Amino acid sequence: MKELLLGNEAVARGLFEAGVRVVSSYPGTPSTEITEAAAKFPEINCEWAPNEKVAAEVAAGASIGGARSFCAMKHVGLNVAADPVFTMSYIGVNGGMVLAVADDPGMHSSQNEQDSRNYARAAKLPMLEPADAGECRDFTKLAYGLSEEFDTPVVLRLTTRIAHARGVVDCGERVEAPLKDYQKDAAKNVMLPAFARPKHGKVEERTRALVQWAEGCEVNRIENNGKKTGVICAGAVYQYAREALGDSVNYLKLGLVWPLPEKLILNFAALCDTVYVAEELDDFIEQHCKALGVKAVGKELFPRCGELSQRLIRKLVAGEELPAQELLEPLPVRPPVMCCGCPHRGLFYALKRAGVFVSGDIGCYTLGASAPLSAMDACICMGASVSALHGFNKAREGQWAQKAVAVIGDSTFIHSGITSLIDIAYNRTDSTVIILDNSITGMTGHQQNPSTGYNIYNEPAQAVDLEALCRAVGIHRVRVVDPYDLKGTQQALAEELAAKEPSVLISRRPCALLKSVKHKAPLAVDPEKCVGCKSCMGIGCPAVSMREGRAVIDATQCVGCGVCAALCGKGAMA
Amino acid sequence: MSVKSVMIVGVGGQGTLLASRILGAAMLEKGFDVKVGEVHGMSQRGGSVVTYVRYGEKVASPVIERGEADVLLAFEQLEAARALPYLKSGGTAVVNTQQVDPMPVVTGQAVYPQGLLPAMKGMGVEVFDVDALGLAEKAGSQKAVNVVLIGAMARRLEPDEGLWLRAVKACVPEKFYGLNERAFRLGFGA
Repeated sequence: MKELLLGNEAVARGLFEAGVRVVSSYPGTPSTEITEAAAKFPEINCEWAPNEKVAAEVAAGASIGGARSFCAMKHVGLNVAADPVFTMSYIGVNGGMVLAVADDPGMHSSQNEQDSRNYARAAKLPMLEPADAGECRDFTKLAYGLSEEFDTPVVLRLTTRIAHARGVVDCGERVEAPLKDYQKDAAKNVMLPAFARPKHGKVEERTRALVQWAEGCEVNRIENNGKKTGVICAGAVYQYAREALGDSVNYLKLGLVWPLPEKLILNFAALCDTVYVAEELDDFIEQHCKALGVKAVGKELFPRCGELSQRLIRKLVAGEELPAQELLEPLPVRPPVMCCGCPHRGLFYALKRAGVFVSGDIGCYTLGASAPLSAMDACICMGASVSALHGFNKAREGQWAQKAVAVIGDSTFIHSGITSLIDIAYNRTDSTVIILDNSITGMTGHQQNPSTGYNIYNEPAQAVDLEALCRAVGIHRVRVVDPYDLKGTQQALAEELAAKEPSVLISRRPCALLKSVKHKAPLAVDPEKCVGCKSCMGIGCPAVSMREGRAVIDATQCVGCGVCAALCGKGAMA
Repeated sequence: MSVKSVMIVGVGGQGTLLASRILGAAMLEKGFDVKVGEVHGMSQRGGSVVTYVRYGEKVASPVIERGEADVLLAFEQLEAARALPYLKSGGTAVVNTQQVDPMPVVTGQAVYPQGLLPAMKGMGVEVFDVDALGLAEKAGSQKAVNVVLIGAMARRLEPDEGLWLRAVKACVPEKFYGLNERAFRLGFGA
């Protein structure tokens, strides 16, 4: 049956059809929907893991246990999972194991633009890169065959434009992959140096065998249009090139982006006078071509930063541009903002007023960096807020400990903040850590996590007791505030900053977008009382604006959280 | 048929994804190859959002670039103006007359530009403005703004109302179909 599926949903469809049994992932844009869609198949046992390292290890264990297994993550998640992934490359598989990594060229929703293909080379793992939703399904199934044939985990690389593009998928049936026998085999599965040394040699042999496979496999194909110009490309870039250049050039479309073929590339180059390597981010394929002696045109023409597009390829290769309307200038920008009723708003307002150094983290609350709250000083990666605050306080030898905090969400804290908090307790700085507990993994679109009390199927599950956890690692000052209570939040913040010991402040209030959250009636401004002082404007609520010198509240957006009213000295908002 | 490109723009939370899903479902039923480019994640939090729908014999790219869109469906005036360079000369824009202030306007650092609709109408493209909010209220709920707009766009792409209503039915929860059907018909007639 033909269905219009997201690339991510098509990967899940592939998992279903390939007989996959175990899926463990941590959410991350643009990879999240793979696992959400997989959880809709009762045949697949899915879970949200606390982080990507755990997820990859769960998939590894399931593979050793004989099941076809899978985990998905965004590109930066692969950094977290890299440790088990590099060694699983040596161990190989029992049941097939596939790991999907979704890169985000253009950084639609990410803190960097790393090119995960480098991981495939570094970890010596085959990597497939589909170019549309149909291939997402096909390549996922192919990956399991490859995994079991070559005794290796296989990486499926997506980019945002593949993961988040719908395309027509011809859905098939599930073919059960029966659980393979488990037999103890320490030489295969226990990576002591004595066992790992011969394994490394086998991994190198495996890569050579995969190069042979790459020379003739169906997913690496030459489209010979009898032209003198050729384009080597993969994934979304293949679609951009087809869109821009049609049949006016020859294509070498690579489905396996690591390891790369040699003869196939040389044969393709021999067909053409000019060869372009069009790829986003790094010169990954280009370096390989140049090492083979192919005089390819690559990064001297195509940018290393951001996405490619049909427009860019049309312009750079064909020298053409389509006529377009001029932009009506100047248009105000529309950046993403915290939602109306977002519980983070009150907390960030308190931080702004306190004028503290804010060590930030990854989540919706990173939006606290934007105007008018502008209350964030640094943001590196998942969990870094807590450890970076500890380092900051160490560097400044305590003098800033009374005016510096870390902010981290509940899911991010579980992901990798807890180990950092242990460092604060153990190697003692008088740091103040704020956990923004909104009872959900928010930014990626509402996934459960170990602190919410529900699992991926929304069934009741064991919930981490955040207060008890913090106390157990040695934080003696742990308190909870409601960020809608501005005064209480400001007071608690002042007290915890002043404390001469490590402390954790939990700012607790469920995400305003959760269906379970009941909203109060919208507030309205009494124009008789409003003096136009703009005090209420400092919180950056999209529902509050100024019209003719008076504040107004958009009743269609307001959820009645009351934070603006708490700021009004005239009692004009009720 | 050569590939048609429809660009849908709006503000995060306005329901632009539903529009692309309905359009995609209708064109799939007509037997076309379809690709829909969506953006998820951070930009959904009240920022500018863009969705691309392309359909025809065989579609390559899931995105639409400057000068490539046949039809622009805008859920908000400022976003319509922002997306205008993506519309082909002689292309069609269906624009909701609603205005949603972006944060720089809310905080007083910028002003919402005036006269956007007349300016767009003077630029060599066909502009249809729709009071989708008013029509949605008439249909029974402000939340049906997106389906009103889909109706308004639909009539300019494909006259078969039945095809569209089947796609609406496939894409919205059953208990809201009545509301959405009314909203669609009001938009279709606008």
